[in-house]
Amino acid sequence: MTRSSAPAVRRPRHNATQRRQNRAAYLFVAPFMLIFIAMLVVPLFYSGYLSFFQDRLIGGSAFVGFQNYVRALTDQAFIDGVLRMGGFLLVQVPVMLALALFIALAVDSGRVRGGKYVRLLVFVPYAVPGVIAALMWGYLYGNDFGPIAQTIRAAGLDAPNLLSPDLILYSIMNVVTWGFVGYNMIIMYAALRSIPGELYEAAEIDGAGQFRIAWSIKIPAIRPAILLTVIFSIIGTFQLFAEPSLFDAIAPNAISDSYTPNYYAYNLAFVNQNINYAAAIAFILGIVIMIVSYVVQLSTQRRERLS
Amino acid sequence: MRRVVPRTAKMLGASAVAAALLLTGCTASGGGGGGGDQPPASQDEIDEALSTPTKLTFWTWVPDIQNEVDLFEEEYPEIDVEVVNVGQGAPHYQKIRTAIEAGEGAPDVVQMEYQYINSFALTESLLDLAPYGADELEGDYVDWVWNQVSKDGAVYGIPQDVGPMGNLYREDILAKAGITEAPATWEEYATAAEAVKSSTGSYITNFAPNQAGQVIGLLWQAGEKPFSYDGEQTVGVNVNSDRAKEVMAYWQDLVQRDLVSIDPDFTDQWYQGLASGKYAGWLTAAWGPVFLQGTAGETSGLWRAAELPQYAEGESVSGNWGGSSDAVLASTENPIAAYELAKWINNDKASTVKFATEQFLFPPQNDVLEDPAFVDQEAEFYGGQKVNQLFSEISDTVDSDFDWLPYMDYAYSSFEDSIGKAIAEKGDLSAGLDDWQELLTTYATDQGFTVE
Repeated sequence: MTRSSAPAVRRPRHNATQRRQNRAAYLFVAPFMLIFIAMLVVPLFYSGYLSFFQDRLIGGSAFVGFQNYVRALTDQAFIDGVLRMGGFLLVQVPVMLALALFIALAVDSGRVRGGKYVRLLVFVPYAVPGVIAALMWGYLYGNDFGPIAQTIRAAGLDAPNLLSPDLILYSIMNVVTWGFVGYNMIIMYAALRSIPGELYEAAEIDGAGQFRIAWSIKIPAIRPAILLTVIFSIIGTFQLFAEPSLFDAIAPNAISDSYTPNYYAYNLAFVNQNINYAAAIAFILGIVIMIVSYVVQLSTQRRERLS
Repeated sequence: MRRVVPRTAKMLGASAVAAALLLTGCTASGGGGGGGDQPPASQDEIDEALSTPTKLTFWTWVPDIQNEVDLFEEEYPEIDVEVVNVGQGAPHYQKIRTAIEAGEGAPDVVQMEYQYINSFALTESLLDLAPYGADELEGDYVDWVWNQVSKDGAVYGIPQDVGPMGNLYREDILAKAGITEAPATWEEYATAAEAVKSSTGSYITNFAPNQAGQVIGLLWQAGEKPFSYDGEQTVGVNVNSDRAKEVMAYWQDLVQRDLVSIDPDFTDQWYQGLASGKYAGWLTAAWGPVFLQGTAGETSGLWRAAELPQYAEGESVSGNWGGSSDAVLASTENPIAAYELAKWINNDKASTVKFATEQFLFPPQNDVLEDPAFVDQEAEFYGGQKVNQLFSEISDTVDSDFDWLPYMDYAYSSFEDSIGKAIAEKGDLSAGLDDWQELLTTYATDQGFTVE
């Protein structure tokens, strides 16, 4: 069989193989896609649909167009919640990621004795379910009986009420940091492990110390991983729910119904019976998250291009 | 909290919320007819329903209620009742609403606190029990309680327990402050608060900034009727009346002088406070005495019960806080059997006495309230005092007309963000009431009600 005579026959055969392969690929992703569509895409569209209606206890359901969205954008409770999470983001995320990075670098440097155990210990809080964590911290923060307040009092000082309206945001930051340092540390650590060892050797020959290596080689090398943790943290922050919802039980007046946007949406839907407005809130929140994530991503990309 | 989000799915951040919302999102198909037009169930129909094998589902949080249900099943062996606890308070009602909206999975009989009846009657989710014979039960229950479950001839639940309010106090702590008898008036109570604080360091009571039920009970005692609902589209909201502001001014004074503490109740801190003597008393309901025994066991014998302090000397008036009924959902396929379950466990003496003497639910049934086995019980925790007798007497002094809004879920949650917040900040309670009024009327208007 010569090459010139074959194409007419061979190409279809080739296409058939390719088609079979494609079919196999589709089959492999089908279970995921089915669940993805049924559990995410369809509900997404359905709640989008819901957000254009208003269902009132008296008078029933009516199409109202963008009215729910307009209302959300002028709803002080919602805006306050978003701003509160913005502030949370600016304070908590840098602290948490700096800690995570520091621990990851320390463990990776091999200078920490029992690095494996440190890694595990730091990661364990992430494995503690959020509900349990919030209950535990609720006890630790307790004003009369909590060990933190008791210790401060034993030292003869005035113990601050960690569950008061002024301080509870910081208390929540602390819980979230505690829970997610390990998670972010693991991501960074994994990235650190993939840096080729020759780079370190070269640096050492050039006389660079551990700090110099960390600053000039390691951190630039794991930049994409760090960016990933930043994006995850942004999404997680705006979606903060479990902590405020559990702390609401022990500090009911410090946590309002609209403390975080997500908690607000939940209360609107399940307490106020206003599902349509809650759907609109959820959509706007999604858009806010997209914008913030995109801006962060864009700005780091530009910085990379400049450098 | 969700932190693990696939990078590609960034935009789906909102969808998780959206998906959650969806759970209740299925558009309402209407609750089904709860109207009172059907003819009364005849005895033959009742007998037939009770001798046909039937499966009922009963959502309730009442501890050990299985005991009473067992009695019912013994009486009617063909009826099989499944008792399910889906949570207490708000989660319970959320799940009922979700099941009703979904159109399937709803139980037949549900635990229903009095203040929520209106909100479920509004959506026609509750079966009117009058045609099934409930209208004949009126005389079996204390008047004011019956008013809580009935409206314009319809009966929406069979009362199970109630919470007429009284004052539980630490006799030993008050004695240390030179007070030998429970304060009879609110004026005396404030004076006593001062003495207790200065000589023992305890607070005479805790005034919880999250407890709308307690505040509403106190307003109830003061003769206030802050809510009304005509059963159709008109609600009345009047939480910031002059009288309500007077009552709150009294508490504002105690709060600001640091004579009462302001810990949220039913929290660890609060349990500790009750057990440790931080609070020398608790203004609570008839279900309080037994609850307290479980919470502050080590202080047994030191507590006493009294009626609430009064606004004028010689008066005897109280309010109610809590208690619940059993209601039948309109969507049930076995209305007769479901009604008989709700009725029997709350009406048959064997069951009601069990509730009162074993689970210590405070009874709304006249015959139990007069039963020596109940009334003459001496409570060791209260130094041998006949606490049941006291609360039976208090029960007669509760103002009989007290209505609720058809959206008490929101009323309670907004309480925390308005007047409750003012209490927590030791601020202006009068302004707090104004805020609450504003929130409640705005919500009503948004939901299409006419506000009176």
